Amino acid sequence: MEEKEFKEVLIPTTLYKKIEEKIKGTEFSSVSSYVTKILREVLSKEDEKKEVFSKEDEEKVKERLKALGYID
Amino acid sequence: MIPPHGGKLVDRVLSGKERENALLKAKELFKIKINLELIRDIENIAKGVFSPLEGFLCKEDFNSVLNHMRLSNDLPWTIPIVFDVPMEIANKLKEGQEIALVNSKEEPVAILHLEEKYTYDKEEYARKVFQTTDVKHPGVAKIKAMNDVLLGGKIDLIKQTPSPFERYNLSPLETRVLFKEKGWKTIVGFQTRNTPHIGHEYVQKTALTFTDGIFVNPVIGKKKKGDFKDEVILKAYEELIKNYYLKERAVMSILQTEMRYAGPREAIFHAIVRKNFGCTHFIIGRDHAGVGNFYPPYAAQDIFSEFPDLGIVPLFFKSFFYCKKCNSVENEKTCPHPPSEHINFSGTKIRELIIKGETPPPELMRPEVAKIIMSYENPFVE
Repeated sequence: MEEKEFKEVLIPTTLYKKIEEKIKGTEFSSVSSYVTKILREVLSKEDEKKEVFSKEDEEKVKERLKALGYID
Repeated sequence: MIPPHGGKLVDRVLSGKERENALLKAKELFKIKINLELIRDIENIAKGVFSPLEGFLCKEDFNSVLNHMRLSNDLPWTIPIVFDVPMEIANKLKEGQEIALVNSKEEPVAILHLEEKYTYDKEEYARKVFQTTDVKHPGVAKIKAMNDVLLGGKIDLIKQTPSPFERYNLSPLETRVLFKEKGWKTIVGFQTRNTPHIGHEYVQKTALTFTDGIFVNPVIGKKKKGDFKDEVILKAYEELIKNYYLKERAVMSILQTEMRYAGPREAIFHAIVRKNFGCTHFIIGRDHAGVGNFYPPYAAQDIFSEFPDLGIVPLFFKSFFYCKKCNSVENEKTCPHPPSEHINFSGTKIRELIIKGETPPPELMRPEVAKIIMSYENPFVE
């Protein structure tokens, strides 16, 4: 199986130990897997407010939605 | 509104002058004939249903999806979207070349910008995606029958193939505008490949209680023998929504793609697709996208813990049942009575009744829905 590449990140030892304690007996096999999960979660929340269509797109689409009976 | 997966709604549908030029160019290009399932995949890519994919997976992404359930940029993606061709065709192609993909009438449907051609291990593909290499699994059987070379690269859609259910065929852009127009901020998506029984309705309405609207999104496309026909599913839902839902709280449109029966991996894939349609929540029930006994009943729920960055909230449901003692629809978290008091909403049981020509009772299925199903001589895929 192809291995994923990894890079090192430094965190304070006290924080590391705290996480080590926290993940005992959980699904996390290592501090790294826990930190990876948290970082992915945080990073995924950054794009949430972007609008993905223009006013012009919106008006065009509304016509079709009206024709199909989705909106009045 | 919730962002599409990867942050941008993909749009690779050519129009106007670009389309005219592409049509002219396609006449001169090497042509490959493709079937309807592949056409639907191309349409889903081009219209952003499969955002952030802009084409068929290249090798690095393919391997990353198999091994890590993520694209090579770390974004969650669990089902390979690939284009297979025989070796003798692949040998005629060069990376960097443009190829016209044509339908059964030889009409150009799309242009593939070939970035890479590569071979793959079918056993590994099946084992990773379906957790089995047993050919009794329809997904495994399909992989075994695939051609030996995969073509990767971006596509541009030239011609849209009308759906037999065009009235219900909305793109992610259209559903997003629709949800905005309805004033919905939270939308729960419901995946289905079945006609609705009372248990489905309870799941949907429970989720709807906590959200602004429900998006019923049946999968339309190739299914296995014994599944309900697409037309029957849509008609049955039309009746259910008309009679038992508030018009301003429920919409239905179709997802044109084949069922892969990949259980947990497909549950993630289904959630991503609904996120692209604009859903903020997605219902995962028992044995989502499963087949036979290939997956543990709640594996499709457990897998979500591996994807904190999915960007859509999964709503997990255990099965609902009718309790004779409670005289109501309950689930194992709400009912104190033993299983002997329960009537399960078993799809298999309902199917057996229909095959025998018996109308499912109102405890199992709404009479209006049952009537529609019974009006078909054979409501099942043969």
